[in-house]
Amino acid sequence: MRSQFVFSEIWIGLRRNLTMTMALIVVVAISLSLLGTGLLFVKQVDRTRTYWQGKVELSIYLCIKTSPQPQCQQNGPSTVAQRDQLRQQLSAMPQVQNVYYVSQQQAYTEFRQYFSNEPALVQDTQQGDIPDSFEVKLKNPEADYNIVASAVTGAQGVETVVDEMTILDKFYRLLDGARNAVIIIALILIVAAILLVANTIRLSAFNRRRETAIMRLVGASNFYIQLPFLLEGAITGLIGWAIAAGLLVAVKSLMLDSLEQYFSFNVGLSVGDLIEVILFSMVVGVVLCGVTSFLTLRRYLRI
Amino acid sequence: MINFDNVTKVYPNQSRPALESVNIEVTKGEFVFLVGPSGSGKSTFLRLVLKEERPSDGKIHVAGRDLARLTNWKVPYLRRRIGCVFQDFRLLPNKNVYQNVAFALEVIGKQRRFIRKVVPEVIDLVGLEGKHDRMPDELSGGEQQRVAMARAFVNRPMILLADEPTGNIDPATSIGIMKVLDRINRTGTTVVMATHDAAIVDSMRKRVIELEYGKVVRDQSRGVYGQAY
Repeated sequence: MRSQFVFSEIWIGLRRNLTMTMALIVVVAISLSLLGTGLLFVKQVDRTRTYWQGKVELSIYLCIKTSPQPQCQQNGPSTVAQRDQLRQQLSAMPQVQNVYYVSQQQAYTEFRQYFSNEPALVQDTQQGDIPDSFEVKLKNPEADYNIVASAVTGAQGVETVVDEMTILDKFYRLLDGARNAVIIIALILIVAAILLVANTIRLSAFNRRRETAIMRLVGASNFYIQLPFLLEGAITGLIGWAIAAGLLVAVKSLMLDSLEQYFSFNVGLSVGDLIEVILFSMVVGVVLCGVTSFLTLRRYLRI
Repeated sequence: MINFDNVTKVYPNQSRPALESVNIEVTKGEFVFLVGPSGSGKSTFLRLVLKEERPSDGKIHVAGRDLARLTNWKVPYLRRRIGCVFQDFRLLPNKNVYQNVAFALEVIGKQRRFIRKVVPEVIDLVGLEGKHDRMPDELSGGEQQRVAMARAFVNRPMILLADEPTGNIDPATSIGIMKVLDRINRTGTTVVMATHDAAIVDSMRKRVIELEYGKVVRDQSRGVYGQAY
């Protein structure tokens, strides 16, 4: 195997086909980075969902001085007795797995943490402005939500009952939609990339028809004749992938990480996740280019 | 070296066979002219030897191998033992003389040291010493054909097939080409040359096989071109 010779032939092939090669690199880069973005979204949604599923499903906010609800206005802030009664009532229900109390002080601390990037809001809010609450974890959230919610709605000292899942569902639907859109576009672009690879190899086979004819004549092995074409495809795929990897790093650090900051939950994707997605897109890119080149060659390069 | 045993070749969608019941035996070191009008089957004969086509019927042995039994992936190794020269030279226009000849060795994976040694020898043999760096378009037709012959011969094939090598070359230059072919033949290489050039066939006095409508109509040692007419 004369590697230097093979690589010089590949270089000649790529240079002769420069415009097609560049178009191919761009399409491969964009399709792979979209595919990778879709996969990062999938991972992000999974991560967020697991985080939330291990958390509260039902929040029961209690009355405070500033609560606008009429029953709170009438009865004033919740009392210790009311809270104890509520806790007992909830713990006694068979549908409830866990109940824990978040005091006003805890709620305020968390609030300050969540909105740490909005100091004005934090300054205007004092301890006591954020209601204390019971966070309830249900055994079977979908079936039991209504039973538990109706049991405590309107009880003494209760301001509102909030289903955390309904809020999150909207967010999930948004993320799922974005993910699907990205993946569909990625798939369309991958089809375009396959067609471009086929066309590039066809052009390349045409450009090198003299060389190929002579290689056949002097008894070069089929492998030796096909190798420059296959490597041409694979190298183009790799360059496209390298660009896609850069774009994916950008997507992760600019988009997803800022999303994480916005939620300030620890659900961000790790570097390992990113590397996994990038490696997967490399495999897709190389297989896509390699297999397409091979199939095209069988058609246009009679050995 | 080349043995055709009752070989018939019919191309698809054609009623008349390109070769019909051809029996030819070419022994090692022979020089054979293949003559006959266009469409008489000369090129089909050469293509069958290279296993670019398969016979419809009959057996072909080349260099001791039964071509019917030769698997596809072994065909390149057969072709390494056969050199080819054509009417239209088929040189690579973007490579110089040296690179064109070296290409034939590079693509079969020969070591660079070996290539550096044998390529200049062969270029000298065909009479192009000192023209290593010339590009094909800077050479005359005769010189280009010499490059093609150097490329065909550089791997020391057992057989050299020449398909009208003097077809594009004036008679005076053709003599030089024939001298090179003769020199190659004297190294022990079997040469089969398809040609229309009566003057050359007559002057060489070698074996002549004449084809007409796919049949051998004459096979004569020390023959001339026009005897059958």
